[in-house]
Amino acid sequence: MSLNSNIPSGPMATKWSKHKQDSKLINPKNKRKFTVLVVGSGLAGSSAAATLSELGYKVKCFCFQDSARRAHSIAAQGGINAAKNYQNDGDSVHRLFYDTVKGGDFRAREANVHRLAEVSVNIIDQCVAQGVPFAREYGGMLANRSFGGAQVSRTFYARGQTGQQLLLGAYSALNKEIAGGGVQMFPRTEMLDLVTVDGHAKGIVTRDLVTGKIESHAGDAVLLCTGGYGNVFYLSTNAMGCNVTATWRAHRKGAFFANPCYTQIHPTCIPVSGDYQSKLTLMSESLRNDGRVWVPKNAADCGKNPDQIPEDARDYYLERKYPSFGNLAPRDISSRAAKEACDDGRGVGPGGRGVYLDFAEAIGQFGAKTIAERYGNLFDMYERITGESAYKRPMRIYPAVHYTMGGLWVDYNLMSNLPGLHVLGEANFSDHGANRLGASALMQGLADGYFVIPTTIANYLVNQKPGSITTEHPEFKKAVENCTAQTKRFLNIKGKRSVDSFHRELGLLVWDKCGMARTKEGLTEALNRIPALREEFWQNVNVPGSGDFTNPELEKAGRVADFMEFAELLCLDARHREESCGGHFRSEYQYPDGEAKRDDENFSYAAAWEYTGNFSQPTLNKEPLTFEEVHLAVRSYK
Amino acid sequence: MSAVFDSLSRFYASSIGKKILVALTGLVLIGFVLGHMIGNLLIFVGRDAINEYGHLLQTALHGGGVWIARIGLLTAVVIHIVATISLTRANRAARLAQYGKHKAQVSSKSSRTMIWSGLTILAFIVYHLLHFTVHAGNDYGTYKTTLDGHTVHDVYRMVIAGFSWAPASIFYIIAMLLLSSHLSHGFSSLFQTLGVATDKSEPLFKKLGYAFAGLILVGNCSIPIAILFFHYGR
Amino acid sequence: MSQLNLHLKVWRQNGSQPGHFQDIDAPDIPDHASFLEMMDIVNERLISKGEDPVAFDHDCREGICGMCSMQINGVPHGPEKATTTCQLHMRKFRTGDTIWVEPFRARAFPVLKDLMIDRSAFDRIQQAGGFVTVRTGAPQDANALPIGKEVADSAMDAAECIGCGACVAACKNASAMLFVSAKAGQLNSLPQGQPEKDRRTLGMVRQMDKEGFGNCTNQYECEAACPKEISVRWITKLNRDYAVAAVKDAFGNTRKEAGGGD
Repeated sequence: MSLNSNIPSGPMATKWSKHKQDSKLINPKNKRKFTVLVVGSGLAGSSAAATLSELGYKVKCFCFQDSARRAHSIAAQGGINAAKNYQNDGDSVHRLFYDTVKGGDFRAREANVHRLAEVSVNIIDQCVAQGVPFAREYGGMLANRSFGGAQVSRTFYARGQTGQQLLLGAYSALNKEIAGGGVQMFPRTEMLDLVTVDGHAKGIVTRDLVTGKIESHAGDAVLLCTGGYGNVFYLSTNAMGCNVTATWRAHRKGAFFANPCYTQIHPTCIPVSGDYQSKLTLMSESLRNDGRVWVPKNAADCGKNPDQIPEDARDYYLERKYPSFGNLAPRDISSRAAKEACDDGRGVGPGGRGVYLDFAEAIGQFGAKTIAERYGNLFDMYERITGESAYKRPMRIYPAVHYTMGGLWVDYNLMSNLPGLHVLGEANFSDHGANRLGASALMQGLADGYFVIPTTIANYLVNQKPGSITTEHPEFKKAVENCTAQTKRFLNIKGKRSVDSFHRELGLLVWDKCGMARTKEGLTEALNRIPALREEFWQNVNVPGSGDFTNPELEKAGRVADFMEFAELLCLDARHREESCGGHFRSEYQYPDGEAKRDDENFSYAAAWEYTGNFSQPTLNKEPLTFEEVHLAVRSYK
Repeated sequence: MSAVFDSLSRFYASSIGKKILVALTGLVLIGFVLGHMIGNLLIFVGRDAINEYGHLLQTALHGGGVWIARIGLLTAVVIHIVATISLTRANRAARLAQYGKHKAQVSSKSSRTMIWSGLTILAFIVYHLLHFTVHAGNDYGTYKTTLDGHTVHDVYRMVIAGFSWAPASIFYIIAMLLLSSHLSHGFSSLFQTLGVATDKSEPLFKKLGYAFAGLILVGNCSIPIAILFFHYGR
Repeated sequence: MSQLNLHLKVWRQNGSQPGHFQDIDAPDIPDHASFLEMMDIVNERLISKGEDPVAFDHDCREGICGMCSMQINGVPHGPEKATTTCQLHMRKFRTGDTIWVEPFRARAFPVLKDLMIDRSAFDRIQQAGGFVTVRTGAPQDANALPIGKEVADSAMDAAECIGCGACVAACKNASAMLFVSAKAGQLNSLPQGQPEKDRRTLGMVRQMDKEGFGNCTNQYECEAACPKEISVRWITKLNRDYAVAAVKDAFGNTRKEAGGGD
């Protein structure tokens, strides 16, 4: 099948304004007749739901958490990029665009990225108007900080909790619309399946997580704003509830899944301490502004107290390898460098999987008070988890799964190949290519929700007869029956192993074979083992309780069942992409100095996988990536 | 008029509205308690001093002053009590199932027993009024003396007689202990409710509250103690 | 790393049915585990014994989503100051300890199952005015409105509230004043929030009362329990803002809504 990305013609800088001109309009009276289903209430979901309601559409918004405010966007710490150039340091829309395309290792769609850079400036205006308390200077102007992968200071922040503040802003807009009656909110409600009618997405099946009731909802369009699939690795920085179910179920109904192998490993997380561990905690990348990353030069020094390792016995490996970006080298590069150091036997801490992030020099230069102002809450968090003070000894950090660049394939209108199904934020594949730069996820979520979808959704809806499909349609009945049957099936297995034990086993396997470095052999092995594990899951999982009441184990079982299927596609995509780019590093494809070796001739495309009914044989559709503005080059941060 | 009334009844119906009324009436009562104590301490100045003070209160504004004060105080007391009882009932209703284990981290015992100290003080006030104002069950009303040629009520003798009876004095002392407990939280608390406390002023209000509670305790208890234990005036 | 042997007294309840404490032994708990990881281990063992695992709310496990909500040994989020349950680690306990684990209790937070509670009252309070009415796309440039650092920092102090409900749980009156005052106070102290200040204050307080929370009696248990250390000065401010708004409401001019003409 050929993929039409619907990229507007004309010069890059005017594509979005041209597209806005060319986009269809729906008159205010008619907008009220359309119902839009928004799944997820993170930055993308809340902002889209609120803005569509402001425009006059009827919106139903769903989230599995007990409140829209708890979606995992809340946990983003560092900041949000915008090409405001308030610092007068040479930033511009073009430079943000360029940095993002390069940061994505030339695997993103240029036109989408340019649009993202353009609307980034509006996001800041919008958030400030909502009362988001960004950091400011004494004169009252907004403050900025620098972030990985950029040489300008374009990141806006609110202490170490920018995500929470932006989400609370979007949530407040959502509340305003709920109060006004434009949005109906369904908390503690999980999407179980997508309903398609004649190939169009027209509804969803949900489970009320309190009463257990399985219901369906019909709409004229469906927006999936359901985040990423990082929890396929079991241990990640994602929230415990983050899952692939919505996008995976849509995939099984025909939506293409693009580039699942682009997974981001964040370099600054707290290392694993034991096998009981349920999640990994991220320390904001902003720490790298003042912290210096090092390991001992000599493996024999690893067990020593860091104070006793003299300056000349330390290897500040990022500064050594990447003199111009130093400790601010992009995430994929920093992560891999940490892995190499630990593989070399020079890792520190329990199990030797850790490197130091040292603030001694910054504390000496600026004083502990200034450092506490900048990172106090992060230092506190580190101490709570590890029992160590980062003011006194260097933090220990190690990379962990953090974000997934892959997702459902969408066109320029953010619509998937299934008409009516729109995908926003981390759930889609479009803007970050093979690697996402810091402070870009918040930007994308809000860009999609506040500024892109409100314009582009009309291009689909204008040709639809509002309310023409209701939940009386046989497809809805069928989908509800399927979901009910799946619930019964889980409860009837009554096997020996808990859902978590399967999830942990799957995660370890995927992390081992499809984590920071991947090989053909390893991936093939994973691909052999995943179906067997999936088989065992369906034979031997133990889901206690009943389906008609609150049952967290049942919720987890549904999510893990989908991860079991999705993991196979993840590894298939990783095996097929015989190059290294961004978060996808294939050990076979590297330069002698260990840098990732891209193959632009053969792999300069987005891999959009089509479900065929057989998990091990999906069909590959390719969207070629062309670069008009940014010239393909080896991505160097040296 | 009805629009104003509607808004005021909404104000009273709201949690913060009631609390503000409690704080304002509390402020009035704090003023009264202080004035009342200073007046009473005149007993240590001498018979004439306190009798003159009593006479002044009775005859101010041709005898209307004491009624204005009484009506004002009664209103304040009624609002203070009705509002706090209503708030307390709402507070009880706000948590139906109790904790199996509950640990208070920073609140004082006084603050957690405001309703009990308050209700005991109410009972005390009733007794106090019956005792020294209505003269129920005693003949204190008939005590007369001459001051500057006028026949006036002999307050001095009444107080000495009243506190010579141990049970009365002991009840007074207990009531004053509870009043000071009530004041130790109530005094600083009212600045919070009236929205004027700040990080810098709060510790000062707290200290002032303790000092005030202590002052009232020492001042008011000094009278029964002096009479009962040290036979002052007897 | 050492192992702890603990004894738990856990609240078990199904919906509106009466609940009870269940005694559960929890041996061999790693002291590096978080409190919720300890609960995971306990649940894993209950499942393997064919028993019903303990239901509890949790999501981000990094102290920011506000979903976790246990009353641990009589204190919301347990004994460590400024820490959510998910960030509380077992090294704060000693082997042999008995730990009471209960839901946050308040009439406005009905128990759903075991330790899970319904905190949608907080959402409804926010819907009653916890926003700035600004439509997407309308605003001016962000730097066109200078806001002094002190004002912005102070608003940020209030904005740190994660809406977990520990303030309600700690208060002997189950009052939600700390939450409401932080939410209203953030916007009421910023210039963006001024046009709707009175309306917001009255609306949020009325909704708070309607939800059945108790009243603040200025004891500050909420501040002591708050994992984000929100100051009770926000309650002072809400009291003040409410008084001003109520007086204006009672004695001010009647407003006419400005309507559009042809």
